Amino acid sequence: MSRIQLPRRRFLALSAAGLGGALLAGCDRLSETSEVQEVLSSAESLTYRVQRLLGGRDALAREFTEADLSPVFKVNGSSMPEGEDYAALLEGNFVDWRLRVEGLVANPLDLSLEDLRKLPQRTQITRHDCVEGWSAIGKWRGVPLAIVLQRASLLPTARFVVFHCADVYERALDGTGQYYESIDLIDAFHPQTILAHSLNDAPLSVGHGAPLRLRVERQLGYKHAKYVMRIELTDRLDRFGRGKGGFWPDRGYEWYAGI
Amino acid sequence: MTETPETGLATPSQRPRRLAVYRHARVTRLTHWINFLCVSVLLFSGLQIFNAHPALYWGQFGADSDPSIFELGADESRAGPPVGFARIGSSTFDTTGILGLSRNASGGFAQRGFPAWLTLPSWRDLAMGRRWHFFFAWLFVANLLVYVAAGLANGHLWRDLLPSWRQLRPRSLLQDVADHLRLKFPRGEAARHYNPLQKLTYLGVIGVLLPAMILTGLAMSPGMDAILPWLVDMFGGRQSARTIHFIAASLIVLFVFVHVAMALLAGPVNELRSMITGRFLISVEDKHE
Repeated sequence: MSRIQLPRRRFLALSAAGLGGALLAGCDRLSETSEVQEVLSSAESLTYRVQRLLGGRDALAREFTEADLSPVFKVNGSSMPEGEDYAALLEGNFVDWRLRVEGLVANPLDLSLEDLRKLPQRTQITRHDCVEGWSAIGKWRGVPLAIVLQRASLLPTARFVVFHCADVYERALDGTGQYYESIDLIDAFHPQTILAHSLNDAPLSVGHGAPLRLRVERQLGYKHAKYVMRIELTDRLDRFGRGKGGFWPDRGYEWYAGI
Repeated sequence: MTETPETGLATPSQRPRRLAVYRHARVTRLTHWINFLCVSVLLFSGLQIFNAHPALYWGQFGADSDPSIFELGADESRAGPPVGFARIGSSTFDTTGILGLSRNASGGFAQRGFPAWLTLPSWRDLAMGRRWHFFFAWLFVANLLVYVAAGLANGHLWRDLLPSWRQLRPRSLLQDVADHLRLKFPRGEAARHYNPLQKLTYLGVIGVLLPAMILTGLAMSPGMDAILPWLVDMFGGRQSARTIHFIAASLIVLFVFVHVAMALLAGPVNELRSMITGRFLISVEDKHE
């Protein structure tokens, strides 16, 4: 009996190993198929709908105390935007920097750092979650985006807020390497969504996005655009970059990064 | 359980008779294989995601400059070629070729947490790994809900998986441990039911490990943390949840190895057939003697 079973077992083990290898190779092939990518990506809208349904507009991200702060807040992504324009702004301590708010607004704005600091401020100690897997806790201070948007007075057709940044993260031939991000109006008017100008009681360092970065606390780190130069209200995202609403979404990452 | 004597097997009345019993309901078999598919994809895409930051921490936060409790990496500081290592706490192991440093598609060594043959896709692509992971995570949860709902409705969960008090007696458990160690598997009537260790293991996987994977997975989502703040507290912080996610996944891998080994030892054809067609052959003494 056992003499008959042994080859059978070996046969099963070998077929299992062969099947495993074939499956992995097959999955590689599937990963490169656009139809498969589309099916896999359908999970994103399900996640988005369910999280919006459960969390609504105003579910707040956890806020921590000073005792919880990360000793070192990791710098990731761009750490120094290239180009003479940014260098000149940095040298002038961003006195000449202006945040432009435009697009589908009744009242376009040009705001200096001083203007932003005079608006109502919000301070929040929150956890920053990178898509790579690490987290850091920092104390952010800035203007709620809602206040800036109210001053600009949105047109009824506005659906998304696009953040145009100073850093070119990738030297792409088609000019789509410029960093940008976008969020919907639910996140834009969320009480913890702020335009931060300081981290841990100091003005933002260049590595952390000086002079201004977005904080959108219910989403992953890549949504928190650094070096924000211009805010544009729009009704559609396919006009920007490669059409997916952000530098990393253009490169396969989820536009809705709540997961 | 319905039973049909094996027709065509004319067995002399002195020898044990082979009897086919209907062991697994259709929904159990279907959800078993969908679960197998989901867990496989989740595991290999999960290792791809882990490779984006191959270190684990405890607490609310954790990044490069914070102390990690587990890490895979490549040490290039020493003379000679770089060395792949796995570090658990303060113990470091040389894992060159498999963990920390392994060959890529072109044959050269590259710094990489888990090797290409364990990640989905095989090349480094966090975005694609996440797409696979989250799609199959939804399917996995839906499948588990179907299994539990059906198991409650048809009684599978309490009838087949819940051990009886008699089975839970220390003597019966010790006997079962001894049987497993001697690779002695139930034959005849006893093979109609799961043995106590088997029941406890299945319940542990279905009732503890799989839900732990879902809950720790959700606790890593910043969107879910705003919706269910207690969830992340339950695990002691997002980085703890990430670590528990990894540990629970490792335990599932351990379970799969033991599960497959047990099926092979107990009779792979019979076991596999029962999970595909539902029919399981047992040997019974002839009742008419």
